[in-house]
Amino acid sequence: MPKDDVPKAAPPEPIVNSVPQDAAALARGQGANSVESAAMSDSTRLAPPKLTNWVFENLTRLFAFLTFLVLAGIVISLIYASWPTLQKFGVKFLWTSEWNPPMEQFGALIPVYGTLVTSIIALIIAVPVSFGIAMFLTELSPSWLKRPLGIAIELLAAIPSIVYGMWGLLVFAPIFGKYIQPVLSASLGKIPVIGALFSGPALGIGLLSAGIILAIMIIPFIASVMRDVFEVTPTMLKESAYALGCTTWEVEWNVVLPYTKVGVTGGIMLGLGRALGETMAVTFVIGNTNFLSGASLFMPGNSITSALANEFAEAGQGLHTSALMELGLVLFIITFLVLAFSKLLLMKLRVGEGSRT
Amino acid sequence: MQLAAKRKLINQVALTLSLFAMAFGLFWLIWILFTTLQLGVSGLSYTLFTQMTPPPGATSGGLANAIVGSLIMVGLATVIGTPIGIMAGVFLAEYGAGSWLAHATRFINDILLSAPSIVIGLFVYAFYVSQAGNFSGGAGVVALALIVVPVVVRTTENMLLLVPNSLREAAFALGAQHFQVITLVTLKASRAGIMTGVLLAVARIAGETAPLLFTALSNQFWSVDLGKPMANLPVTIFKFAMSPFEDWQRLAWAGVFLITVGVLVLNILARVFFKSETPK
Repeated sequence: MPKDDVPKAAPPEPIVNSVPQDAAALARGQGANSVESAAMSDSTRLAPPKLTNWVFENLTRLFAFLTFLVLAGIVISLIYASWPTLQKFGVKFLWTSEWNPPMEQFGALIPVYGTLVTSIIALIIAVPVSFGIAMFLTELSPSWLKRPLGIAIELLAAIPSIVYGMWGLLVFAPIFGKYIQPVLSASLGKIPVIGALFSGPALGIGLLSAGIILAIMIIPFIASVMRDVFEVTPTMLKESAYALGCTTWEVEWNVVLPYTKVGVTGGIMLGLGRALGETMAVTFVIGNTNFLSGASLFMPGNSITSALANEFAEAGQGLHTSALMELGLVLFIITFLVLAFSKLLLMKLRVGEGSRT
Repeated sequence: MQLAAKRKLINQVALTLSLFAMAFGLFWLIWILFTTLQLGVSGLSYTLFTQMTPPPGATSGGLANAIVGSLIMVGLATVIGTPIGIMAGVFLAEYGAGSWLAHATRFINDILLSAPSIVIGLFVYAFYVSQAGNFSGGAGVVALALIVVPVVVRTTENMLLLVPNSLREAAFALGAQHFQVITLVTLKASRAGIMTGVLLAVARIAGETAPLLFTALSNQFWSVDLGKPMANLPVTIFKFAMSPFEDWQRLAWAGVFLITVGVLVLNILARVFFKSETPK
């Protein structure tokens, strides 16, 4: 902390010595509250401005309470706005696949499927890579490289999602469709059962591309949580394992990972929460179609967020808007549960062993 | 001996893979930055800052209205969101600490921090835009401010908790009231950290697109009226990048370049600032 700030930051003398100066100091620092404090110090001489104190404390309490209001507001407004479809389709909304605005038929299956599939693809790619990055940063990297490499990975998280989206559509997708997809369908596509996932035309865009872009986006989130929890593993534990003759990998896999499993799971859930709610990056590359033909991941699809981003501006008032609002509600409930789970795990960690912030 | 050799091999394979994972992460960062630089710089020209967004098919045009709209909305959202966030953060660190309100607020705040921004957009649409009857820049400001608040709350609390208790005790011992201790001592001592949080929050909302789609929407023309739809960079990029027109795509790349450079500069500034102000 800035020690040199202390003398400037604590001007207590006027408070004790002379009330008029005290009031003046408060007027400078306190703006709106200064009137009350001046009045107080006039009438009661040395008595401190209790009223200002009370007002200030309750003002902070009010703003803290605002967080509740926002959460309650989100839930209530989404339920209110999606009431017409909630009434008309009930829970059936979740597993019917027909999405036909002109006929006023709405089912969320395809967007929900798209959201879940792209997020799962993203996790399958991002979790091992993040583990590798965290291991590199904590165990392998020379210490002078740790900070710059850590910052580089965090910058990956800072890039706005619209940049990922545009880059994904105009740069990544053409290359992916031309060079990678044919290789995938020629190799993985031949295997029975999973082969069906990698068949079909190489369009570049589609569920798989969206999943890959999402993976790149969530790697920094998962990797930085993993790095932080790996760093709080007691050195003594690791050194004991090394003394028994373990290799670096064995220490990482058999000592560090079990010790930090709660934090690691929290980090993965955080990444999943991000992936589920990501909008722009997915909207650009998923293909935006409300028809599902076969199991292939090469096919275009739709996710909750991309349906909202594409259709909302054109949706007329009425059932279409209401159905889109219900999609938003479904998304919020899913991400809320995932994030709450993640938060609980990380909180448990904080109570138990060391913190990550 | 065979077992030892196998363990050694596994170890080497794992370490190599870990190196590859690191390279994998850096590979995307470099590729994305390189493309943005390459395509963005070629789209840069002074007309970008002087001309309005063009209609379909026009060969000239710039992003002036979108740039100004983004600056207005991000600026106002920061000005509104920062004091609210700081006050709530003060409550969590200084007053509430162990109370149920503080625990619950902390929990909800952390969820709002990572909640999908598109949901914030829907929320503002439902209670503001649909009541007002039209998309507006003001609604965009509200949505962005709601994204700023959780970031500032979190950093304010973290930074206040780093202030040593002896500082507070010293101020109390001299007869200061609690609010004086907070405003004159602890907040001042942690201002570098809080500023860092604000800078990161600005960097985050500068590129937000999803909430603006439902609130400010976009405007092809010059407008600084908060009651009307307002042009902004992210939504303009979204519209132009998806279009088949080459000139629009060129403008979109230039916009992406501006946003990326702005966001990265803010991030690096925040880190440098934080490091220089708080020696550990």
